[in-house]
Amino acid sequence: MSQEFVRQIAFEPGHLNRRGGWMSRLHLDPWLLLLLSLIMGLGLVVLYSAGENGMAIVQSQALRIGGGLLAMLFFAQLDPMLYRRWSPWLYLVGILSLVLVLLFGAGAQGAQRWLALPGLPRFQPSEAMKLGVPLMVSWFLAQLSLPPRLLPILMALGLTALPGALIIAQPDLGTAVLVIASGLAVLFLAGLSWRLIMLMVAAGGASVPVLWLFVMRDYQKERVLTLMNPGSDPLGAGWNITQSKAAIGSGGLHGKGWGEGTQSHLDFLPEGHTDFILAVLAEEFGFVGVTLLLVLYALVVIRCLFIASMAQTSFSRLLSGGLAIIFFMYVVVNVAMVSGLMPVVGVPLPLVSYGGTSIVTLLAGFGILMAVHTHRRMLES
Amino acid sequence: MSWGTLRNTNQERELFQRRSFVAIIVVILMTGVLIGRFYYLQIIEHETYTTISDRNRVQVQPVPPTRGLIYDRNGVLLAENRPVFSLTVIPEQVSDINALIGEIRDIVDVPPGDVENFRERLDERRRPFEPVPLRYHLTEAEMARLAVNRHSLPGVEMEARLVRYYPYGRLTSHVLGYVGRINEQDTRRIDKVAYAGTHYIGKTGLERVYEKELHGEVGYQNVETNARGRVMRVLEREDPSPGQDLTLNLDIRLQQVAHEALGDRRGAIVAINPETGGLLAQVSTPGFDTNKFVTGIDHESYAELRDSLDKPLFNRATRGQYPPGSTIKPMLALAGLASDTVTQSEIVHDPGYYELPNSSQVFRNWKREGHGDTTLYDAIVLSSDTYFYKMAYEMGGSMMADHLAHFGFGSVTSLDVRDELPGILPSPEWKRRVHNESWYPGDSVNMGIGQGYFLSTPLQLAATTSVLANRGERRAPRHLRYIEGDIPAQHLLPDVVRPPVEMGQESDWEYVINAMEEVVHGSEGTARRISPGLDYRMAGKTGTSQVFSLEGEEYDEDEIAKRMRDHALFVAFAPADDPEIVVSVLVENGGSGSSTAAPVARQVTDAWINGFPDVLTDQAVPGAMENDGTAGGEQP
Repeated sequence: MSQEFVRQIAFEPGHLNRRGGWMSRLHLDPWLLLLLSLIMGLGLVVLYSAGENGMAIVQSQALRIGGGLLAMLFFAQLDPMLYRRWSPWLYLVGILSLVLVLLFGAGAQGAQRWLALPGLPRFQPSEAMKLGVPLMVSWFLAQLSLPPRLLPILMALGLTALPGALIIAQPDLGTAVLVIASGLAVLFLAGLSWRLIMLMVAAGGASVPVLWLFVMRDYQKERVLTLMNPGSDPLGAGWNITQSKAAIGSGGLHGKGWGEGTQSHLDFLPEGHTDFILAVLAEEFGFVGVTLLLVLYALVVIRCLFIASMAQTSFSRLLSGGLAIIFFMYVVVNVAMVSGLMPVVGVPLPLVSYGGTSIVTLLAGFGILMAVHTHRRMLES
Repeated sequence: MSWGTLRNTNQERELFQRRSFVAIIVVILMTGVLIGRFYYLQIIEHETYTTISDRNRVQVQPVPPTRGLIYDRNGVLLAENRPVFSLTVIPEQVSDINALIGEIRDIVDVPPGDVENFRERLDERRRPFEPVPLRYHLTEAEMARLAVNRHSLPGVEMEARLVRYYPYGRLTSHVLGYVGRINEQDTRRIDKVAYAGTHYIGKTGLERVYEKELHGEVGYQNVETNARGRVMRVLEREDPSPGQDLTLNLDIRLQQVAHEALGDRRGAIVAINPETGGLLAQVSTPGFDTNKFVTGIDHESYAELRDSLDKPLFNRATRGQYPPGSTIKPMLALAGLASDTVTQSEIVHDPGYYELPNSSQVFRNWKREGHGDTTLYDAIVLSSDTYFYKMAYEMGGSMMADHLAHFGFGSVTSLDVRDELPGILPSPEWKRRVHNESWYPGDSVNMGIGQGYFLSTPLQLAATTSVLANRGERRAPRHLRYIEGDIPAQHLLPDVVRPPVEMGQESDWEYVINAMEEVVHGSEGTARRISPGLDYRMAGKTGTSQVFSLEGEEYDEDEIAKRMRDHALFVAFAPADDPEIVVSVLVENGGSGSSTAAPVARQVTDAWINGFPDVLTDQAVPGAMENDGTAGGEQP
C-alpha cells in the first residue's frame, strides 16, 4: 500500500529526463530546484523588509545564494559512489577537527566552536559534522543487510554519539542535538525496529533529568524556563519570545503588509533578519504567508524522500533520506522556537535566515540529493 | 555481505519505502501542527497580540501648553517664551555618562554648575527615554560643532524648547518673579495630569499667583515609538490650549525710572494709580536677573545672591516691614479729627519734648528746640512729634488702631501680590495677645509717630496713602489689568469691596491734604527741598524709621555705622487735587526722608505726570505709544 503510494507520486526518472533535457544533463532536479528557489525568493522578499539597510543586505544574501547554487551544481555532478568512498575519511577528518577545536579552538562567550588552521579559512567542524554523520552512518549501515541487528545498531549509535559528545563538550548543545538526530534519522530509515525506537524514546525521556542536572549549563536551563513562562522575565530572556509572538499574532490572517511590520521596523523584534525572520514574515504576510512557506518546506522534504525512495543503492537511499529528515528538523526547530513552542536555540530558518555558511552547506546537501537522483545506472534485475 | 548474510535488495528497498512513508506522514503531521500553532497565534489570539504589539509602539505623550505672555500696560512684553536650543542626553542610551560628559566637553563648553544640575536631574523621577538637559542656550557655532560630532555621541540630542525669558529680568524680578523647573515640592501642589508635559512652573511673584491662567491646558498625542523610545511619527493629536496672556497695570518705563532713581541704594518704591488701585510700579532694589533661575541657577551664583548683605532676593516692597515713622501722621491726624480728640484750630505748644502726665517720662521732638505753638496743620507740615505725642496719648492705642485699620494698616492690602506681609498695627489687644503684656501710655505715644511696635511695608504705605488721595475711597492694589488683552481683570480678581473711610466733616480731608501739599510746597515743609521746578501740586509726607537692632551678623565698623542709620521714607501723591499717582519710597539706611526719599519720589511722579524722557522711551519701550489706545486712557 505504502510503496504503491510512493510509486504513484514519484516521477519516473525517464519521465523527468524527457521533460527537461538541459536540466538532466546538468544533473539538476527541476522540481526540487523550483521549490528551493521559491523558498529562497520569498526569503529575499522578507529579508528586504527585515534588514535595516534594505537592498544591501538582500544583495549580500543573493550573493550567498549564488555561491550555494554553484556548490549545489558542483555536488550534483559527482557520482554517489564517490560520496560513499569518501564518507569514512570525511568522518575521520571531522572527528579529528572536533578534537582540535577542543584543544586549540577559538570562540566567543565561553564556547569554542571555530577552528582556524593555518592556510585554511576559519570553519566550524561541528557544522561539517551535520553532513559527516549521516554520510558515515549511511556508509556503515549500507554494508549490512537491513534491518540492522543489535550489534551494528549499537555501533551506528556509537558513530553518532562520538561527535555528539565532542560537540557537547564545546559546548554547543543545539548543534549536538541536531548532529545526533541526523544519525538517528538514518538509523530510523534503515529499519530500526519499532520496539527499539520505543525503547530509545523512553530512554531519551528518562535522560532529561540527567541532562538537566549534569549536562545543561545555567543559561540553557534559563532558556527552557523562560519558554515555560516568558512573563517571568519580560525584558530579559523572555523578550525574544514575547516580541516574536506579538509579531506573529498581530500579523493576523493577511499580515500588516510588506514593509509595514511594526514589531520588526520599530526594532521590538530582535534578530529579525536572522533567527527570527519567520516572525517578520508572519507579521507582514500573516497566516497565509506562513502557511505558504511551511507547505513549501514540506513539499521539499517530501520530494527529497521520493528521491530517496527511488535511489538505487542502500547508501544513496539512507543518505538522501537522512538529509531530507535533517533539513525538516532544522525547519521544525526554528519554527517551533520562533512561535514559542521550544526554547530559544540559535538555529536559523533554513534557506531564509540571513548570513552564515548554512545556506551553502544546505544547498550542497541538496546537490548530493540531486546527484543521487540523476546518476542512475542500469541495475541487474 | 561482510556480515555473512545474503541481502535481499528488494526487501530492503521496500523496508526503506515503508519508513519513508512513515516519515512523510510525520512531516505532514508536524507541518500541520506548526500551521495549527500559527493558526492559534494569528487567528484565534490575534486580538491579544495586536494589543501587545500596539502597546509596544504606541505611546501617549502629553503636549505641554505654551505659557501665557505677560505685558505691561502699554503692551510691552515683560515675559515671553523663547526657543532655546539645549543639549540633552537620553540616559537610557548612554553606557558611561561620565565618559560622555567628558567627550561633550571637548566639543562645547559645559560649566561645572550645569553638570551639577544635570546630575541632580538624573536622580529625579522622569519618564523613561526622556531627554535630560545638560546645557541650555547653545550658540549656532556650538550647534554646528555638535552636529558634526553627533554620530560619535549616542544618546545626545539637540532640542529646541520654549523657555521663559524676561526681557527686563532685573527690573521686574520682584514683580513677575520667575518660573523654574518643577521640583518635588511643586509636584505636591499641582495636578500631575495637567502638568504631565510641562517643565516649568511659576515659583514666585505673578508667575506664581497667576500660574493657573498662564499655564493653559495640556494636550495629548499618540506617537509611534521604536524599541529605543524614539518617536517615529505622530498618530493622533489633541492640541493643548495655550495659557492666557496677562496685561498688567505696571508701566515698565515707570518701573525703570523708579529703579534708576534708587540707583545702587537698597530700597523700595511702590506707585499706585489711586483711582483703580493698579500698581504702576513696584520696585525693590537691588534686583536680580530672574532669567538665571529659569533653567536652574548654579549653587555658587545662588549662594552669592542668598548670602549678599544687600539681600537682593528679598522683596522689600511687599515683605519689608519697617516702622512707618512720620508718614502715618496724616492718617493719624484724620483719626484725631474723626474721633474729636483734636480740632482743626486747636493749638498745642511744642517746647521740643512731651512729658507724659503723672510721669517723669519725656519724649523728645526731632527738633530739639521745638516748633512753638502749632495747629494740627502745622504739625503735619513741620512733622511735629510733640503734637502727635500728645494726641496719641489722648486718643489711646485702641482708638488709633481702630481708625488706622480702616486705611489698611495691619492687614494685607493687595489682591494679587504674592506673599505680601501685613505689617503690625499695634493695639492694647494686640500687645496682650502677642506679648502678653499691658499697654502703657508710652506705647500710645510711640505709636503716634509710627514707631514702637508699628510696622508697615512700602506697598501698604502706598495703599494707605492712596486712601488719603482718594479722600476715603479704598481701592485694593492690583497688578492685573486685562486677561487675554481685553477681558477686564475683575473676572479673575476677588471682588473685595472695602468700606470707605468716613470722616465727620468732609473738609477734614482737604485740611490734611493741604497740609501735605505744604510739606512739599511750603517754605517750612519738611520736603520743601524738592519743590523747585515742580510744576504740579504734590502732597507728601516725610518719615524716618529708626533701625533698632542688628541681628547677629558680623559687620565691620564702617558697615555698622552705615547700616545703623535710619531708613528714609516718603509718601506722596500728585496732582494733589485729582491724584493720578501715589508713591511710597523707602531707602534703607537713607537717613532722613526729606533728603533721601523725597527726591526719589519726585523723579517718579515727574515721569508719570510730565512724561518720560525720550531716551528712556526708546530704550525701554519700543513701540509703546502705538499701544496706548488699547491699553486705556490713564496715560497722561
